Amino acid sequence: MRILYLLIPMALGVVGVALWAFLWAVRTGQFDDLEGPAHRILMDDDDPRIPRYRAEVEKDKSLSE
Amino acid sequence: MSASAESLASTVPAPAESACFHCGLPVPAGTHYAALVDGQRQPMCCHGCEAVAEAIVAAGLTDFYRHRTAPSRRPEDLIPEPLRGLALYDRPDLQKSFVRAEGEHVREAALILEGIVCAACVWLNERHVNYLPGVLEFRVNYSTHRARLRWDERQIKLSEILAAIGAIGYVAHPFDPDRQEALQKRERSVALRRLAVAGLGSMQVMMLAVGLYVGDYQGMEDWIREFLRWICLILTVPVVTYSAQSFYRAAWRDLRRRQLGMDVPVSLAILAAFIASVWYTGQGGGEIYYDSVTMFVFFLLTGRFLEMTARHRAAQISEALVRMLPATATRLNAANEEEIVPIAELASGDRVLVRPGATIPADGRIIEGASSVDESLLTGESLPLPRQLGEGLIGGSVNVESPLVMRVEKVGADTVLSAISRLLDRAQSEKPRLALLADRIAGGFVAALLAVAAVVLVAWWSLSDFDTAFRITLSVLVVTCPCALSLATPTAIVAATGALTRLGVLTTRGHALETLARATHIIFDKTGTLTFGRPQVAAVETSSGLEARRGLALAAALERGSEHPVGRALAEAAGEMVPAAMEVRNTPGSGIEGWIEGRCYRVGRPEFVAALSQSPATERDDFDAASTWVALGDETGLLAWFRLTDTLRPGAAAAVQALQTRGLTVELLSGDRPEAVAHIAHEAGIATATGGLSPQDKLDRLRELQRRGAVVAMVGDGVNDAPVLAAAQVSLAMGNGTQLAHASADMILLSEKLEHLVGGVDMARRTLTIMRENFAWAIGYNLLALPLAAGGWLTPWMSAIGMSFSSLLVVLNALRLRRW
Repeated sequence: MRILYLLIPMALGVVGVALWAFLWAVRTGQFDDLEGPAHRILMDDDDPRIPRYRAEVEKDKSLSE
Repeated sequence: MSASAESLASTVPAPAESACFHCGLPVPAGTHYAALVDGQRQPMCCHGCEAVAEAIVAAGLTDFYRHRTAPSRRPEDLIPEPLRGLALYDRPDLQKSFVRAEGEHVREAALILEGIVCAACVWLNERHVNYLPGVLEFRVNYSTHRARLRWDERQIKLSEILAAIGAIGYVAHPFDPDRQEALQKRERSVALRRLAVAGLGSMQVMMLAVGLYVGDYQGMEDWIREFLRWICLILTVPVVTYSAQSFYRAAWRDLRRRQLGMDVPVSLAILAAFIASVWYTGQGGGEIYYDSVTMFVFFLLTGRFLEMTARHRAAQISEALVRMLPATATRLNAANEEEIVPIAELASGDRVLVRPGATIPADGRIIEGASSVDESLLTGESLPLPRQLGEGLIGGSVNVESPLVMRVEKVGADTVLSAISRLLDRAQSEKPRLALLADRIAGGFVAALLAVAAVVLVAWWSLSDFDTAFRITLSVLVVTCPCALSLATPTAIVAATGALTRLGVLTTRGHALETLARATHIIFDKTGTLTFGRPQVAAVETSSGLEARRGLALAAALERGSEHPVGRALAEAAGEMVPAAMEVRNTPGSGIEGWIEGRCYRVGRPEFVAALSQSPATERDDFDAASTWVALGDETGLLAWFRLTDTLRPGAAAAVQALQTRGLTVELLSGDRPEAVAHIAHEAGIATATGGLSPQDKLDRLRELQRRGAVVAMVGDGVNDAPVLAAAQVSLAMGNGTQLAHASADMILLSEKLEHLVGGVDMARRTLTIMRENFAWAIGYNLLALPLAAGGWLTPWMSAIGMSFSSLLVVLNALRLRRW
């Protein structure tokens, strides 16, 4: 059972990483808006019908040709 | 021939079948607003919706209509941009308070967005604004309806961005994020960090503690036990030193003020249990309580976090009701040119143009024109008062009929409005406070606990050695740990405020529910609270065979463009089938004249209407103080009478009765004319009613009640109610009331339904009951555990189970409040 001397400190290390990850998420504002991002991902940003994007899409096409 | 308002409603043509494509409201018959969306002609209900839909389509954002899950809000009638004073936001001196400079040209501001109803609105706004040249970043927070805007001031002005948001039907106004937002954000992120540390710590400790308990039972090698105990200690240190800090600080603050709040026993328990555990860990034997300590901190922080979230949400909603700036005025310079200036820049002697519908910016006197002025928010007087050349105007009241030029006499601190604000400040500082249940119990609890601990220590010391005495005293302190006790109120309040917010009753201060539950008196304001605050057509009488509907339609045609509440009431009652009126002329204070289908009509005061046909003016003899009679006539004589009253809100009488059956004394205090007040009081079933009161009079009456020991709940909406709202033990403001009323109220009735007030009282009383139950349970548990601990029979696992179980029970009990 001497392995506990290694395993438990390793577990503490994992907890430390989890804590760091959570604190990082708080610091970078990921908990500021808990509802918006879920909807945001469903809306297309690059719809070619939006005039500005249409221009970009056409530019890309002409470049690749 | 007479018809009541109800039967009138049924004669009004039914709303058209089609609904506005933009806002979902019915499209009025006879209008032809429409916009091309995705190549299809879609009906629109008004010019505002049409303009907004066209702007959205023109920007290529038609997807908005596909993605949205709720109809948009109807855009407020599009106010010409210069009139909204948006240009003022570009002035550097005003920007200082809400714009942050980033480098030389980049600016950053926080905006409150009104009109966001679904996620597609966020998408629409972000797309639309991000494509404006010069906008660097525009990001909307869907939960809070706030947005962060960064722009390059060389390419675009803030006012242009705000106008662009206005064009797609939303209202954006800057606010000072430092004032509240930054504070909340900091508080929230600190709370989250503390919660995370406590949560992770408690999970790990609990895992190891299970191992230790099992080891106690089955036998465990000593070195493993020692090792696990030290690991537990290491995991508990951050929880006790970092996560629990807020409890120590609050406890220290309480102690310095010589009070015993709930934080004192909490801190005492955490520290006592931790120190005892460290002591025994070092000694290598005895009981440790790391699991209890970390769980306790985690539970409590969770409760406080939920409480904080509820409080922040309430604050955000109420801040969105407060527009930040331009309180602006249109000043006339020497050359009679108009310039828009902030009110703060007005000086005594300035000439100011006040358009109909605008707020009078300062106290002054009319030097040009005549109009009527709505002072209802300041005085409670429900009908606009006519004001002629040379008469005085009160700042904060609203010009109703026609443009006025006034000379400013008093500004800033000298005005009537700021006198009321001063009264409000004083009332707020003198507000009597009830000692809250938790604080009262905590005080007694700590005192009793310390006394018992001292007795136990002395008793065991005299019976055996100091070491045993110390061990048992510590276990007494730990086991009586007020975990359930300190969760008893916050959980109940969070559950109740959540349920109430869904009903449309916003609780902005923590004590409100508890105080409302103990209220003995409820005082109502009249105008805008019990009543709508604007007149409505109550009856129509016609002569010479004219149909009531036709009479209303004629009157409404004349009043179409009128801002006067009487005119709006007539237009509202007539519905949409209104003929067109030509050559409409308004005579302020008398009435309106115009041509409809080739005949000349007048609507307004009887004398004015009678003058058209040169017949003698007839006065109504069935005149009662609460209503106004408006006449309609043509060249042949009088055609119709309309009776207008400021009617009681539906459900007001029932709400008053419901409150009375709950044992509350209901009273009515108003600034309106005593006859009108008596009439409304009679209709609502309120026995005690006083009219003609100034804000100071209302305050005096309130103080008198409080001196006699009454716990008063005040319900109001206007500026004149604000001081009383602040001085009452608990106060509720109506959702459409003034900012000042909102700011001084403990709860806001967003739904404007008085029956929800009754619901609020019921909920408050149930909350108080639940809190009492929770306390009874928590104290009962302690009374049971105390003798066991004092006798030295209690093992750590017993106390851990007991504490968790009692906390869980308290939380579950509080959650019963959500189901309602």
